[in-house]
Amino acid sequence: MNLPVLGEVARQFLILSLLSIGGANAVIPEIQLRAVEVEGWLTNSDFSQMYALSQAAPGPNVLIVSLIGWKAAGYVGAIVAMVAMCAPSSLMTYQVANVWERFRDAPWRIATQTALAPVTVGLILASGYVLTRTIDHEWNAYLATGVTAIIAVMTRAHPLWLLAIAAILGALGLI
Amino acid sequence: MSALAPPKVVTLTDLFTAFLKVGMSGFGGVLPFARRMLVEEQRWLTPDEFNEVLSLSQFLPGPNIVNVSVIIGRRFQRVPGSIAASVGLMLMPMIILLTLVTIYAQFAQFPVVQRATHGVSAAAAGLMISVALKMAQPLRHTAWKVGIALIVFAAIGLARVPLLWVLLAMAPVSYALAWRSR
Repeated sequence: MNLPVLGEVARQFLILSLLSIGGANAVIPEIQLRAVEVEGWLTNSDFSQMYALSQAAPGPNVLIVSLIGWKAAGYVGAIVAMVAMCAPSSLMTYQVANVWERFRDAPWRIATQTALAPVTVGLILASGYVLTRTIDHEWNAYLATGVTAIIAVMTRAHPLWLLAIAAILGALGLI
Repeated sequence: MSALAPPKVVTLTDLFTAFLKVGMSGFGGVLPFARRMLVEEQRWLTPDEFNEVLSLSQFLPGPNIVNVSVIIGRRFQRVPGSIAASVGLMLMPMIILLTLVTIYAQFAQFPVVQRATHGVSAAAAGLMISVALKMAQPLRHTAWKVGIALIVFAAIGLARVPLLWVLLAMAPVSYALAWRSR
């Protein structure tokens, strides 16, 4: 077991936990920045593969974090990354839930919620863009990303079907 | 939030098993499944209470669904409840995903597997863009909100500015604009 790496995994995800306003989807670019470019735990290609696997499995979006931890430091790394990503924010949520009723109608709270919505939209759009740049290098991959986005916005198609179709098209060498 | 609390007793086992089921149901996000379990199946929350739990979860940092499990667990069984609910939520998805990646690692060198994964990645990026576009719908008629979203997008996506700096710079600006437009 590589303790220095585990410590670094814990440190990075403890920070990311408190930065993840807007949820796990909003911090994908920051995870990529820290894991690929700062720490060198994995390559961009690994990152996009891990992202694909996390989307193809059931469960919350935050699971990508456990795959980054796994790449960095094996199964223990996966658990350390996930606990580090959830612990600080959960402690904060627990404490705030204790006092929530007192300020839920306060003007500053309502303004904060209004203010966070566009920030979150910008962050998640950036996540989509960074993923696209990390994954797509050919015109047909860009086309697949664009068509998937359009279908997902315009229809109620289940995301899993879109991923399955993309897997088949990919296996056939079309993406 | 607790004024309309259902009179039933919700045990640690109830919390653990209910969130275990939620964790295994969703692909690409489990919030809709959490709502169905909490509001429609178990009736632990009214629809309004669920909205409130959700808005608190989104208001705070951290994975939203994990925050939901912490709040629901706390409500019925305090700290042990939060732990039972959040561990229940993450346990099976982690086991499934780590099994999947272990199998994947065995086959990753085959070109057909690489090509299929590449296809899934490209589509997954499209799904992320679609999430952002759907979330942008209610904001699109307010100029300052569109402006904030675009600046945050450009800073993080194009300029690759670290998230902390973007939040420190843009959150106060967005807050001031939100306060003014109350």
